[in-house]
Amino acid sequence: MGNATRVSFGQALVELGREHKNVVVLDADLSKSTKSESFGKEFPERFFQMGIQEANMIGVAAGMAFAGKIPFLCSFGAFLTGRFDTIRVTVGYAQANVRLVGTHAGVGIGDDGCSQMALEDLACLRTLPQFAVLQPADDVETKHMMKYLVKHQGPAYIRLTRQNVIDVNKSDYKFEFGKGVKLKDGKDAAIFATGALTGNALEAAKKLEAEGFSIAVVNIHTIKPIDRDIINEYSKKVPVIFSAEDHNVIGGLGGAIAETMAEVAGKSRLVRIGVQDVYGESGLPEDLYKKHGLDIEGITKTVKSALR
Amino acid sequence: MQMTVKDLKQQALQSRKLILEMLTEAKSGHPGGSLSAIDIITALFFNEMKVDPKNSMWTDRDRFILSKGHGVPALYATLAYRGYYDPKETLTLRQLGSPFQGHPDRVRMPVLEASTGSLGQGVSVAQGIAMAFRLDNKSSRVYCLMGDGEVQEGQAWECFMSAGNYKLSNLCVFLDINKYQIDGSTKDVMDIEPLKQKIESFKWNVLEINGHNMDEILGALKKAREEKNKPTMILAHTIKGKGVSFMENVNKWHGVAPNKEELQKALQELKIVDQ
Repeated sequence: MGNATRVSFGQALVELGREHKNVVVLDADLSKSTKSESFGKEFPERFFQMGIQEANMIGVAAGMAFAGKIPFLCSFGAFLTGRFDTIRVTVGYAQANVRLVGTHAGVGIGDDGCSQMALEDLACLRTLPQFAVLQPADDVETKHMMKYLVKHQGPAYIRLTRQNVIDVNKSDYKFEFGKGVKLKDGKDAAIFATGALTGNALEAAKKLEAEGFSIAVVNIHTIKPIDRDIINEYSKKVPVIFSAEDHNVIGGLGGAIAETMAEVAGKSRLVRIGVQDVYGESGLPEDLYKKHGLDIEGITKTVKSALR
Repeated sequence: MQMTVKDLKQQALQSRKLILEMLTEAKSGHPGGSLSAIDIITALFFNEMKVDPKNSMWTDRDRFILSKGHGVPALYATLAYRGYYDPKETLTLRQLGSPFQGHPDRVRMPVLEASTGSLGQGVSVAQGIAMAFRLDNKSSRVYCLMGDGEVQEGQAWECFMSAGNYKLSNLCVFLDINKYQIDGSTKDVMDIEPLKQKIESFKWNVLEINGHNMDEILGALKKAREEKNKPTMILAHTIKGKGVSFMENVNKWHGVAPNKEELQKALQELKIVDQ
């Protein structure tokens, strides 16, 4: 297991702070959980504790961006998405150069239960025009994505995990905004995975390989703008495409792929692996992943039964 | 620029005419709250604020955020006469393709500084700019204008609490207390009083003025500049529809534009004041 992506984020943030004096960080009383705390220790003058006030924090970050800063504002993804109108008008419509960092993605957070789980955040934020929506798969990707985000123009949302994830990228990895990453090619099916599910999908594909199935795995770190080319390519090449995400199957990666596939004259059908339009609940992360078929075994089973 | 009180009054009168003309042309919009706010906005742009219409995005400019976005005709008129664009251009208000949107849009018109119209949000942006200025040791100031009904929004109080705790003395917020909102008087819809005590308890410097009296507006702005420890809130008591007798305190003029006949009647009244 590699780092949780929130941990990688916290480390990358300090590095960026050293390099870029206009990077500022805001947090709403969750800096220990979002891992923005270490930036605050090293750069107290550029770290702003905003209290439990997500809406005001979002507006303040927009103001800082208009004054030339590069703000990273941090909270749980569920709480940020809850301030959707402020994100829409103050950040999105105004094209504020703000990076919203939403940690605690999906049922993978475990015991705290539904109210703390970001399960609809990708769906909500994907509807905002000119809003980048990103989710790294592992430590290396998170760090490269962070470097890119300092230069990115316009609003962006970055979704991070609470739990540790399987490393899938090598150290020579290069981040390309809006481009899917082929981790493994295959002829029988392709899994398009994002975030914590990427490592699980890759392990599932390896297991299936041993059983004679040739499964491609593509890591989608940029959910918006979605990489239409790579979806088009595989929808012409394989009979079944799977989406895999720790998010509601409606509106997230599965939704984005369905929209794209519907516009392509491909031959494949789509099976969406994810949380099947239900609310989350308390439990151990591994039990929840098992229940929702998001673990290696669950993905393996879903792929096999769809190919049969 | 520092206009005299006499000239400021004259300028506000001229802007009132343009507000009514653009609303009549657009056939929709908010006259009541534009007319209640125009004296304050005039004092800011023609006396108080360091701005440069020829270099509108000058980084050291003072900032003005119109948090009550529906009052934007008052800001459009002010910016026109301050030299940012030809007053005639404002007559495209609310038309397809016009930068003069129904509510402020900073992408189409960067000098508006923020996009507002969903109430309670602009003041947070003002706070953020004030915090960035402080971080950069800039002496530029940030001004914001809110409506009285707007403080019913929860986000406004998040911001009041935060700006008070951050001691943002470079932030000055006007509250345009015209006593009405769409559905009726603020007292009936959702009483916001006692405002002075509430906002003082959030660690703000609170001043109270007649929002149509230029001497009082300028006096309050001077006091706000002298405050070194707290953000300043200027509770400006105003009259909704101020300057047009048949609009004053008549709440149907919150969000209805005058027709051509009503415009002529209003302009006639303003002309008499002018003379």
